Amino acid sequence: MSKIKMTVNGKTCTGDVEDRVLLANFLRDELKLTGTHVGCDTSQCGACTVHVDGRAVKSCTMLAVQADGAQVTTIEGLAKNGKLHPAQQAFTECHALQCGFCTPGMIMTTAALIKDHPKPTDDEIVHGLEGNLCRCTGYLNIVKAVKRAAELQGK
Amino acid sequence: MYAFQYRKATSLKEAGELLAKDEEARPMSGGMTLIPTLKARLAQPTQLIDITGLAELFGIEVRDGQLFIGAATRHQQVADSKVVRDALPALADLANNIGDPQVRNRGTLGGSVANNDPAADYPAAVLGLDAKIITNKREIAATDFFQGMFATALEAGELIMRIAFPLPKKAAYAKFPHPASGYAMAGVFIAQTADGVRVAVTGAGEGVFRWTDAEAALGKQMDAAALENLTLSTDNLNEDIHGTREYRAQLVKVMAGRAAAAVAGK
Repeated sequence: MSKIKMTVNGKTCTGDVEDRVLLANFLRDELKLTGTHVGCDTSQCGACTVHVDGRAVKSCTMLAVQADGAQVTTIEGLAKNGKLHPAQQAFTECHALQCGFCTPGMIMTTAALIKDHPKPTDDEIVHGLEGNLCRCTGYLNIVKAVKRAAELQGK
Repeated sequence: MYAFQYRKATSLKEAGELLAKDEEARPMSGGMTLIPTLKARLAQPTQLIDITGLAELFGIEVRDGQLFIGAATRHQQVADSKVVRDALPALADLANNIGDPQVRNRGTLGGSVANNDPAADYPAAVLGLDAKIITNKREIAATDFFQGMFATALEAGELIMRIAFPLPKKAAYAKFPHPASGYAMAGVFIAQTADGVRVAVTGAGEGVFRWTDAEAALGKQMDAAALENLTLSTDNLNEDIHGTREYRAQLVKVMAGRAAAAVAGK
């Protein structure tokens, strides 16, 4: 067991966790932040994507103890003062989801992508979304949404 | 996952001692291979010694005609580094195409090289550039370091500290990634150096290897046409659900042609 302390969505959170507990499970089971989804549980689908110290990571492939001392942002922490994050707004406007299961991960990856690439090209978007799988949409509207998110971010 | 004890090493000495004391302890860097392996219960270490907090494993610099990169440097940091981009753009490109963004944000150079996955990208650059692997005990030449599938010259308690890449005149890497995993079905790193051309192949065999026939041919003429009459022996190539040996031999040739064109600036 280890004592861990991290900042999640701006709030200090502490926990006593078994060393083998994954960050995804700590967020979902201990902190009850169930917006982070576990899809494949094999590091492929990216539904569990969160930001650790500002970088997109798969929380199913990181131990909670590795995030000790880190700044973590989950999908629940993106909206500010009741206003959706540009990525959230864009996914809504562009209908970039069908079943919605992959959406939290897609949005977290998009938020990181448009920070690094404020005006992403199609190639940069496709390359940037390689770690996220969607089995419904065929990705077209997701790519549109990433572009729209970049536009909204620039406003 | 089976239970284990996690410890974050506070010094290289401590990490080495912890690993030397306990044969079943494992060092952990980005964990991009190790954690999935643990989740599948394919490994049962007693302890994981996290080495990503050690300052001496970070840093990127050019010195004496070589590019030094700390072992705990993340793939994305290599891809985004201006020093790497200016000195050895082929390596920045290689790093920028490993796995996916989330993997690049966690996975490390040293972790990838120490793991020596037969389809990993970095080993092709390390062997192709005749790099030196600098550990907490010694320096190991790339040729001696890689010893086949997941096998290296590293001993128990030995940790990669940094890798020294001699700067080539020109270099390029071309890979055909598996569409789902991003791992190389075939990846070819070509380096044009003062001592001649080196060609290193990953993804196709049981470990990274040099294609010496292609080195001789590309030494005379740096383009795909120079490879036309060559056939890579299929004896030691991989065969699996993704492709036959013959398919992989052909992929290696095509990737070598693309990398050669990039080296030649075509």
